[in-house]
Amino acid sequence: MTDTTTDAAVSAGDPVTEDGLPTYVADFLSKYDPAATPRIDFLRARFDAGLAWVQYPIGCGGLGLDAAAQSIVDAALEAVAAPDNAPHRNVIGLGMAAPTILAHGTPEQQRQWLRPLWTGEEIWCQLFSEPAAGSDLASLGTKAVPDGTDWVVNGQKVWTSLAHEASWALLIARTDPSVPKHRGLTYFVCDMRSPGVDVRALRQLTGEAEFNEVFLDNVRVPDDNRLGEVGAGWRVTQSTLMNERVAIGAGAAPREGGPIGFLADLWRREDTHRTIGSFDKLVQLWVEAETMRLTTERLRQQAVAGTPGPEGSGSKLAYSLLAQRVSSLELDILGDRGLRFDDWSFRRPNLDDERNRPAGYRFLRTKGNSIEGGTSEIMRNIISERILGLPAESRTDTTIPWNELPR
Amino acid sequence: MTTGIERPSTDLLYSEQEEFLRETVRDVLNKACDWTSVLALTESESAIDRSLWRTLAAEVGGAALALPEDIGGAGASWRETAMVLEELGRSIAPVPYLGSSVIATVYAQEIGAGDLLASLAAGETIAAVAIPAGSPWFRPLPQVVTATGNTLTGTVSTVADAAAADTLLVPVGEDTYLVDPAAAGVRCTQVVSLDETRPLVDIEFSAAPAQRLEGTQSAGAATAAALRAGTALLASEQLGLAEHCLTSTVEYLGVRRQFGRALGSYQALKHRLADLWVQINQARAAARYAADCLAAGSDDLAVAAAVAHSWCSEVAVHAAEEYVQLHGGIGFTWEHPAHLYLKRAKSSTLMFGGPDIHRTHLAGLVHLPLPTLENI
Repeated sequence: MTDTTTDAAVSAGDPVTEDGLPTYVADFLSKYDPAATPRIDFLRARFDAGLAWVQYPIGCGGLGLDAAAQSIVDAALEAVAAPDNAPHRNVIGLGMAAPTILAHGTPEQQRQWLRPLWTGEEIWCQLFSEPAAGSDLASLGTKAVPDGTDWVVNGQKVWTSLAHEASWALLIARTDPSVPKHRGLTYFVCDMRSPGVDVRALRQLTGEAEFNEVFLDNVRVPDDNRLGEVGAGWRVTQSTLMNERVAIGAGAAPREGGPIGFLADLWRREDTHRTIGSFDKLVQLWVEAETMRLTTERLRQQAVAGTPGPEGSGSKLAYSLLAQRVSSLELDILGDRGLRFDDWSFRRPNLDDERNRPAGYRFLRTKGNSIEGGTSEIMRNIISERILGLPAESRTDTTIPWNELPR
Repeated sequence: MTTGIERPSTDLLYSEQEEFLRETVRDVLNKACDWTSVLALTESESAIDRSLWRTLAAEVGGAALALPEDIGGAGASWRETAMVLEELGRSIAPVPYLGSSVIATVYAQEIGAGDLLASLAAGETIAAVAIPAGSPWFRPLPQVVTATGNTLTGTVSTVADAAAADTLLVPVGEDTYLVDPAAAGVRCTQVVSLDETRPLVDIEFSAAPAQRLEGTQSAGAATAAALRAGTALLASEQLGLAEHCLTSTVEYLGVRRQFGRALGSYQALKHRLADLWVQINQARAAARYAADCLAAGSDDLAVAAAVAHSWCSEVAVHAAEEYVQLHGGIGFTWEHPAHLYLKRAKSSTLMFGGPDIHRTHLAGLVHLPLPTLENI
């Protein structure tokens, strides 16, 4: 990367304050007319000016301001129809990789990865779960063995969203099998274009392939791509996972945003299948969705700029269970039409399928909500142990070396 | 269509001042309102703790919070009042705060009863509005009292927080009358209530002397506003109650051992408490939003109050039921506070109309139509 110079106003040592932000954005727009500047050039310039995510440090796409100030930037850019970075295309990059790289990466690593990640030029995925290590993630067996200045990685990952589009992956691998499982892990960034990376579509119960299996066969990862110390991978993983839960749990902002909106619209449009029983369920779910919305809003107000705490697990748990009940009721009140599906063909889904596919699709897809990003059972363990402070179940697997654990 | 639009941003957190107030109130309650004294009071003649009331209302200024400074109030807001209710719910304090400092105060504000307001703000007077405790704010009240000249006749049953009232506000038609409960012709009969920490009375007027108040608002409008405020703020009391149930249960499961390990290490029990924590977290957001809407005079108050009452009522009962069950044998005894919380929790769901009534009302507010007759 050569063209990573920051905007003059930022590098001149004249810090932008929240009060000065509107003027600063206006100056930026006078230099980069969104109508005349090619999309990618505009996005790169926006990143360099520190207007990508203002709470990030200068040089990393931000200005070191309060996260709440981002809304000033977003509103100003939206007003002039500036191109956006299509955040939904790169959910893992923006939601999980970026905060992890920011917290644990070296300045060189931040320079290399953050900008193309934010502009969407490079998509990210995460090589975490394995067929034998899902909820018990720390038991994973993918190996990384040092060889010169590289590591050689062998193993199999699963449930990998976006692996077929990704340039980079967050990877956890075992670098020392002779110590207890949490201590022998190391965190890497893996180039998905490396020889030996084999991505295979994994068909799920909706018929489509949103996820992948990824086979790693003697994949070489340079030591420069390591995030954090050798053997300290679990700690880095924790920050990724907490961000993941917040990203998943951060559901609807406006009232009736999200699944409850589909259901309420359907209810208003049609009266054929409105019954007393479904009315009662509907209003209960509406109330729950509204309390969820307010809870998420509270969490957002609380978070301001800090790293997410275990509270995000509560939103993730509640949101996934609510989405399942809402989509189930949606099918009930559709009657005959609920019996029909649109397409079982094996294909890659579209990002807006939750909106554009039939209710049966939502019913099926939401079953994954309580599994992906940590099962509801794991969320409950996190809440009861880390928030309520209840004792852990008695276990032996945290003290025995990984290679002596029964499996 | 008022649904689906983004609401103006509200403050759902607690301010530093509110946290300070919480500490003050909690200190008072920790010293003067342990559960054994609450239990003893339920078995005594007096239904409320007058000395606790004086400390809370007059010394701490709890009764004055939402009232303007020019009449002797603290010039804070209903958000702070909600905070006091959280703490009162946590210790199920037997004081008529909801009835006097919320319902009667809003009522007096609506009809512009200045002298009464000043006296309420100072914590000198305990007032009660003579309406049945289970009245929803959106339904007209049955006319059970009639006025003849300056006297009232009729019976209002199941009135909460009136046992210790110095003054009764009685809506009759669109008029409001002020009645001294000690006057001849007024008989207050305390009923045996499910929740003895919030005593109920039946009030019988037999040609009782009454003073008609010239109001800025009709009695109907004042009643609706008072009950709506009560509904919005009851959620905070329910939140505090639920939090106590969770905290005590977590504490107990951390120390109680069975089968050689702490009960709290069993996943089956941990998961139940985790689910309860999630529900309480949602209750806090709903209660804060309702209090904020009331404080701000938001036009979303009706929705916020219905959502908060519906959700917080059920969460409070669930929390109290878990409180009893997860304490096992001891939780079912008179010697453990759980029963007081269970009774308060269930009773409070019926205050201002049950959750179902509020959901049906809510459906109308957010345009979710009822089924047509042939579908039923």
